[in-house]
Amino acid sequence: MLNRKWIAAVCVGALAAGAAGATRAQSLFGSGKLLLTGGVSQVEGSAGGGLTPWAVIGGYGSSDQIGGNVFATSLVTQDYSLHATGALVGFYDRVELSYARQTFDLRNVSTALGLGYGYRINVNTFGAKVRLIGNAVLDQDEWWPEVSVGAQMKTNDHAALVEALGARSGKGTDYYVSATKLYLAQSLLLNVTLRETRANQFGILGFGGRSDADHAEVEGSAAYLLTRQIAVGAEYRQKPDDLAVAHEGSASDLFVAYAVTKNVSVTLASVDLGNIVTRKQSGFYASLQAGF
Amino acid sequence: MKTHRLMALCAGSLLIVAFTAPVFAGDLSPTPPNAPVISPDGSLYREFGGHDGLVRIMDDLFVNINADSRIAPFFEPKTIPHIKAMLVEQVCEITGGGCTYSGRDMAKVHGQLGIKQADFFALVEDLQKAMTANHVSMQAQDRLLAALAPQSRVIIYKPGTPDPITPPPATPAQ
Repeated sequence: MLNRKWIAAVCVGALAAGAAGATRAQSLFGSGKLLLTGGVSQVEGSAGGGLTPWAVIGGYGSSDQIGGNVFATSLVTQDYSLHATGALVGFYDRVELSYARQTFDLRNVSTALGLGYGYRINVNTFGAKVRLIGNAVLDQDEWWPEVSVGAQMKTNDHAALVEALGARSGKGTDYYVSATKLYLAQSLLLNVTLRETRANQFGILGFGGRSDADHAEVEGSAAYLLTRQIAVGAEYRQKPDDLAVAHEGSASDLFVAYAVTKNVSVTLASVDLGNIVTRKQSGFYASLQAGF
Repeated sequence: MKTHRLMALCAGSLLIVAFTAPVFAGDLSPTPPNAPVISPDGSLYREFGGHDGLVRIMDDLFVNINADSRIAPFFEPKTIPHIKAMLVEQVCEITGGGCTYSGRDMAKVHGQLGIKQADFFALVEDLQKAMTANHVSMQAQDRLLAALAPQSRVIIYKPGTPDPITPPPATPAQ
């Protein structure tokens, strides 16, 4: 509740400030950034790759503009599926606020957990990201990357259930720092994210378990710009392995992102999510993003 | 718990810094001199079609700019032939064509025009279209853009500098 009001207040305040400062040349919502340089929406709603957040601020708003987008993602593996929808707003290439709702259809996994087939768990994630230094696109002659810090505040709607499975809580917050560098002359983007988390399977299976501590996890992305509109890449994401009942492994993917225009992009990926409760899960991911 | 509070405090104070220091990132680098020569053997210059190729690209660039309402107003029509010639010279120098840029300092030319980051990117897009139409490969385009990108620091208007487009009100003489 407090989070929503705070977000609304920041949005209204920032919009008012921006509207006052917007001059001739281009409009406040004019999508000034170059194609693909806002990333796509990752599963928890922040701008980045498909699996991991990047330092870039989402949307196409340049440093005097506001941008935003909405996304819908489906990920299907052998034993379960995930659907995520969400939205983000990027303010002046400096602050990003996001919301995403993930619905996990546990399908066969819920049978393995003794819950019957097709149990659904929802996770709501509020995200905030602040760019500290750097501009991945413009700082071509510097060694430093674009660096941002962020938080993802997650609430699982089946707290009692996940606690019964061994999690300590149905709520948790991930904190992360991301460093993104675009080597434009080589058409290559690299990102490293360091995340402090206690989320089990992104939060689907609650937070904490055997330990009551946060874990430091490493995530990485590499993307190659094949054309102005198409990027291909790979990502890797470690996860804490904290639930006795459900051994958890790292996730990785190979993706293709196609920016049809600045308003629409599609991402397809082949995903390996590591062990989820019973066995290794792999499958496909499709995401559609619309915005400005 | 303690760690979370500390991190929340850090994030909060960083947020305050972020909002109160909008040019923080831009001020980290010193102003660059002219863009470096990235292809000393001239192979990139040949990929751009040499002198004639660059002339065609800059002609197409200004066709694109004139049709681009975002940035067309920045260019005085009678100065365009000179600007084109200077762009050809500058790109020739960068791509190893053996030219020497003889135009004015980039900061002096651009710094007071009130150019926003979005305007800079708009010109990049118009240039990309012109290069693509003249069959320059994306890799060659990106090598040039990588060399030109740091000039954004002196081209994009920095707050605090007087903007001649909307000059401040005249103060009475003492």
